[in-house]
Amino acid sequence: MNEKFSDDLAHIRSMMERSSRFVSLSGLSGIGAGVTGVIGAFFANQIIEKSGGITNGYYNHQTVYELIIVALITLIVALFFGSFFTIRKSKKLGLAVWTSTTKKTMIQLSIPLLVGAIFCLALIKYEFFGLIAGTTLIFYGLALLNAEKYVFSDIKYLGMLEILLGCISLFWIGQGLLFWTIGFGFLHIVYGIILYRKYK
Amino acid sequence: MSIISGLNKEFESRVRLGMMSVLMVNERVDFTEMKNLLQVTDGNLASHSAALEKNQYIEIKKEFVGKKPRTSYKITEIGKRAFQEHLNFLEKMMRQ
Repeated sequence: MNEKFSDDLAHIRSMMERSSRFVSLSGLSGIGAGVTGVIGAFFANQIIEKSGGITNGYYNHQTVYELIIVALITLIVALFFGSFFTIRKSKKLGLAVWTSTTKKTMIQLSIPLLVGAIFCLALIKYEFFGLIAGTTLIFYGLALLNAEKYVFSDIKYLGMLEILLGCISLFWIGQGLLFWTIGFGFLHIVYGIILYRKYK
Repeated sequence: MSIISGLNKEFESRVRLGMMSVLMVNERVDFTEMKNLLQVTDGNLASHSAALEKNQYIEIKKEFVGKKPRTSYKITEIGKRAFQEHLNFLEKMMRQ
């Protein structure tokens, strides 16, 4: 009889978790996004070197717009890899991808990201380019923290690290690319590896 | 409370237990999602949800989204209380 009760309790717990959290985030998603970030940073560095680096504390406009394009392409490719592996994992586990939990996660992620994007647009408009790297890291970290309660894989630690890194980078203007490479590249790769080994 | 009165017969079935668990932590869940979560057939889910509705543990809402019918479930206050009691009972049994 006791066994039946403990089975029931285990069943209740697993149904509650499965239905309210996004369980199939794949570690490979983190690794894929991170590697994309590092490659993007490599191209960005090429552009900066080609332009002759910083003059009077700023890059010239042409360089800035090239960098923005590289950043956007990197973002799109990273999102592609990020979702590709997670969708693949969901299918393997026989779970639906587009559930109300996925929707909730997306909403929680997108609020800070949208606000951050608008903030960055303002920074670009007024040419405060130096603050962009820190700002993106901070808002990205906030988005992860915000979605944490719907995701099953300790993304809050990743979020906190991104915020911390973003805050530090605000005081190291000119080193934005370095902080981006660490935050969007290496942190994702490390996190992806940890996640992959833990929830394989 | 004796063993017999504490154990809610309505929750003996795995499907019903699963449905109640899902509805405890999600405000409203639709038919397809519930079916996928519990991995049961349409008929099985329909008959168990009808039984839970009869006890007033859940509310079943049927509506049309465009031309498609959509069924969704929501737990009632009575259902929440009954499930909580059942949970307390299971935990008490485990401690003995």
